[in-house]
Amino acid sequence: MRAVTDTAIVTHRNIRHLVRTPQLLVFATIQPVMFTLLFVYVFGGAIRTPGLEYVNYLLPGILTQTTLFGGTATAVGLAQDLNEGMIDRFRSLPMARSAVLAGRTLADAIRNVFVIGLIVGVGTAVGFRFHGSVGGALAAFGIALLFGYAFSWVFAVVALIVRQVEGAQVASLLIVFPLVFASSAFVPVASMPGWLQVFTRHQPVSVTVGSVRALTQGTSAGTLPLTSVAWSLGILALAAPLAVTLYRRL
Amino acid sequence: MAATPAVEALGLVKHYGAVRALDGVDLSVEEGTVLGLLGPNGAGKTTLVRIIATLLVPDAGTARVAGHDVRSEARAVRAAIGLAGQFAAVDALLSGRENLVLVGRLYGLSARQAALRAESLLERLGLADAADRLVRGYSGGMRRRLDLGASLVGRPSVLILDEPTTGLDPRTRIELWEIVEGLVRDGTTVLLTTQYLEEADRLAGRIVLIDNGLTIAEGTPDELKERLGADVIDARLRHVDQGEIALAALASLATLSPPGGPAPTWHAEGRRLRIPSAGGAATLLETLRALDAAGIEIEDISLHRPSLEDVFLTLTGRGAGDA
Ligand SMILES: Nc1ncnc2c1ncn2[C@@H]1O[C@H](COP(=O)(O)OP(=O)(O)OP(=O)(O)O)[C@@H](O)[C@H]1O
Ligand SMILES: [Mg+2]
Repeated sequence: MRAVTDTAIVTHRNIRHLVRTPQLLVFATIQPVMFTLLFVYVFGGAIRTPGLEYVNYLLPGILTQTTLFGGTATAVGLAQDLNEGMIDRFRSLPMARSAVLAGRTLADAIRNVFVIGLIVGVGTAVGFRFHGSVGGALAAFGIALLFGYAFSWVFAVVALIVRQVEGAQVASLLIVFPLVFASSAFVPVASMPGWLQVFTRHQPVSVTVGSVRALTQGTSAGTLPLTSVAWSLGILALAAPLAVTLYRRL
Repeated sequence: MAATPAVEALGLVKHYGAVRALDGVDLSVEEGTVLGLLGPNGAGKTTLVRIIATLLVPDAGTARVAGHDVRSEARAVRAAIGLAGQFAAVDALLSGRENLVLVGRLYGLSARQAALRAESLLERLGLADAADRLVRGYSGGMRRRLDLGASLVGRPSVLILDEPTTGLDPRTRIELWEIVEGLVRDGTTVLLTTQYLEEADRLAGRIVLIDNGLTIAEGTPDELKERLGADVIDARLRHVDQGEIALAALASLATLSPPGGPAPTWHAEGRRLRIPSAGGAATLLETLRALDAAGIEIEDISLHRPSLEDVFLTLTGRGAGDA
């Protein structure tokens, strides 16, 4: 019970931070918006996506990528709290041990909800349309959010190891970039060299993008959604206990 | 039967890689008293404080706070202590009030209780006017006061302050001393580290002097001062390379201090010669003659009662602020 209350208190504090640093939210959304526009208008013409208009192909990729980038906010926020002594303050209080990390990742997931809404808005303006059911669309958002949330814990681990703001941010992006670009987020896997396809097809970003794409476009999703959820839960099951252990040993 | 001490540490050892930050320190603070932990930069004060506040696990040794072991009963220790670390740990993006309410809520207070507690602490720390401004805009002194407030939210029985007045102006420092004195009157035990000997002299009933991770002296301020014996002559030389010559010149003066007593010491950083002087003004005169005869140029010389600073310099061979 204590863990739940304390997590809510810390989440509330982190949400206040988000509200009070709107510039961070702006920067967090400019990047995916820019990507959307660049890919739709600059590269889109050159990329063949059979059976789907490119903007409908792209937006699920952008959404997934954005939740992942949103997760890196966890690394930055945590490293900041470490450097400003807030973590020492929290650790000297008789509060639940998991609450600082849970409150951080939860706040970043809530932030991702807003960013997803914004991206869908921008996407709609440049021609993105839902072709599936409402339930499918909601399931797609849920899958993307869960994916970002699981990675938030990975980035929490990164921050607890690196313990320094810039370093934690760079290290997180080093994890994000290969996963996002060597995936089906922006271009079909079939256009890549054969040796790369093996990785690209099965890695969690592709699986998640594939699920979001199928669920928002009303095409057959097959086992993709389940596989994506399994990835997210697997990553959570590894990263969350590791992060809590590192936090305790700080 | 003596009561269990509020804080008790035995044989604490902590390494950071090759650095031995603590090399077997014992410490005991009686309930309701103030212990001043004194030591130069890098002595191990913060390391010791962090172990007692459960933030750091020692490599060896044990520590108990309010009867609870810092390792196996960390949570009970946390419920008993209030910590104001060496650097203010306050949230810049929250207001002063929000900071204290946050801490109160995490101590398990209801929203209402936390708000009342925050209000009374803001009042007490002179932050009432700034209570609803973001801490981002607070001065360094205001942050420290808020940090102290955060450490008081849980009504700690043991208050741990790591250099609480470093960087404060003299007036704010005295205000903070008065707050601490008030808490002690109400029965709070205080463990305080400081580089200001005046602060230790005023607040602490007992002082533990540490250097290089080792306890080098311990006692009441008066006991420590007495160890230096009588008056001290403090001379500043013009040339740093004359220190050793001066010591040699003084070695032959029998009246300086009783045999076996403390000897003159030389501190190159401040070009200072410290001469324990049993004979008061007569020794001063002799000293001046001896130094003059040896061709030593003196910039400044004075005779005074030993202060804690003298204790500090004599025992650590360094000034409190020197690295
Ligand atoms: N995180 C760390 N990693 C490596 N070495 C450390 C770390 N923290 C402290 N040390 C080293 O341990 C020793 C004791 O440091 P500590 O901070 O306890 O000293 P201190 O007495 O608080 O000094 P100051 O008066 O400067 O605050 C120093 O030599 C310091 O360099
Ligand atoms: Mg220190």
